[in-house]
Amino acid sequence: MSIRFKALTKSIWVYHLSTGSCNNCDIEILDLLTPRFDVERFGITLVGSVRHADAILVTGALNLKTIPRVKRVYEQAAKPCLVIAIGACACGQGIFKNGPNTPNPVDSILPVDIYIPGCPPKPEAMIAGIVKLIEHVRRKKKGL
Amino acid sequence: MLKYVFNFLIFPGFLFTAILGLLASWVDRKLTALIQWRVGPPWYQPFIDILKLSLKEIILPNPSSKIIFFLAPFVGLSAVMLVSTFIWGANINPYQTGFVGDLIVAMYLLTLPSLAIILGASASGNPLASLGLSREIKLLLSYELPFIMALSVSIIKSGGLLKLSEIVLYQKTNGPFLFSPSGIIAMLISVFCMQAKLGLVPFDMGEAETEIMGGIYIEYSGMLLGIFKLTKAMMMVIVPLFLITVLWGGFNIWKYIVLLILMILIKNTNPRVRIDQAMRFFWRKMGLLGLAAILLAIMKY
Repeated sequence: MSIRFKALTKSIWVYHLSTGSCNNCDIEILDLLTPRFDVERFGITLVGSVRHADAILVTGALNLKTIPRVKRVYEQAAKPCLVIAIGACACGQGIFKNGPNTPNPVDSILPVDIYIPGCPPKPEAMIAGIVKLIEHVRRKKKGL
Repeated sequence: MLKYVFNFLIFPGFLFTAILGLLASWVDRKLTALIQWRVGPPWYQPFIDILKLSLKEIILPNPSSKIIFFLAPFVGLSAVMLVSTFIWGANINPYQTGFVGDLIVAMYLLTLPSLAIILGASASGNPLASLGLSREIKLLLSYELPFIMALSVSIIKSGGLLKLSEIVLYQKTNGPFLFSPSGIIAMLISVFCMQAKLGLVPFDMGEAETEIMGGIYIEYSGMLLGIFKLTKAMMMVIVPLFLITVLWGGFNIWKYIVLLILMILIKNTNPRVRIDQAMRFFWRKMGLLGLAAILLAIMKY
């Protein structure tokens, strides 16, 4: 395995991208940084700018207004950059499946690396998902 | 010649200070985590962060002026490398190193990292970066005068010495300047100025992650961001070391640890102030205190 991905999996800086969610997943994401779960133990920190990010956490059902902006944010990220879809809406559109304003699921716009379902997913589920993501990256060994 | 290159790049200069600085930034993160009742990252975390950043893609944004944007981090890093060589040299081998006036040179070189950040942010062409850089310029203007006042206390008390190694030797024979009324006031002022120079919390309005999303660093990615982080980590060693050299009579690991812990405690127990509050604080309160310290020093207290 290349040192590039080894270093990446040891220090994942995440950028939080809400594409019109109900704020429930977002609050659960912030829970991960609180003393109870403390993901900084594994080198995961929340960053403010997408240029610094190694992973983008996408929450919410993509609507027509946010599709071009999500594309633009992903293009601005420095590669390699992972995409994590969090919550039922981001994974498979959830209850907005037949909505007129939400025609596209997230994985038709962005190359999603891992799906973490739940409405909202528990912080434990998110940690389990990130562990699986790290294993996936280490197994894949190729450029993302 | 080879000795100077070795001094500059490896032992007291770049490599040594960088490793020490990254360890200091780990202490910062770990203590912050302990204060917040968390566990915190392992000791190698800052090293992995720098390694990861240096292997990532570098993006030069389209509206930026690319040459200045690319070169600005290197300006800050080279200034810190040079100043660390001076200051460690005066502490390790005070009889042979240094030249007359290196105190003033060190003072100016310590300003260069802030100027490099300002240069890079203004070249990046981002509105949030320009907001952060205007705050950074105001902060630089406000803390620089009290800092120079505090340092001039030590020049006055040593009878006009301008050489770091001579100041260290003077304090070794006559006792550190810290243990006198003017020295204590100067140390108080310079601790606050150190906090502003390093961009730590009460005075981190230029960066302000939660407010303007990284501000001055917003467009930087990959190795360039890593160099800024490394510069900041090295400043975390060099600025306390400079204060110890000038006011507290030479380097000692315990003195450094005391200053580092004081810095982290101030960072963790204060909210971010607004830029106008910071300017008022530095110009009125710290400026008057600095004047008082200089007067006390002239009257030999």
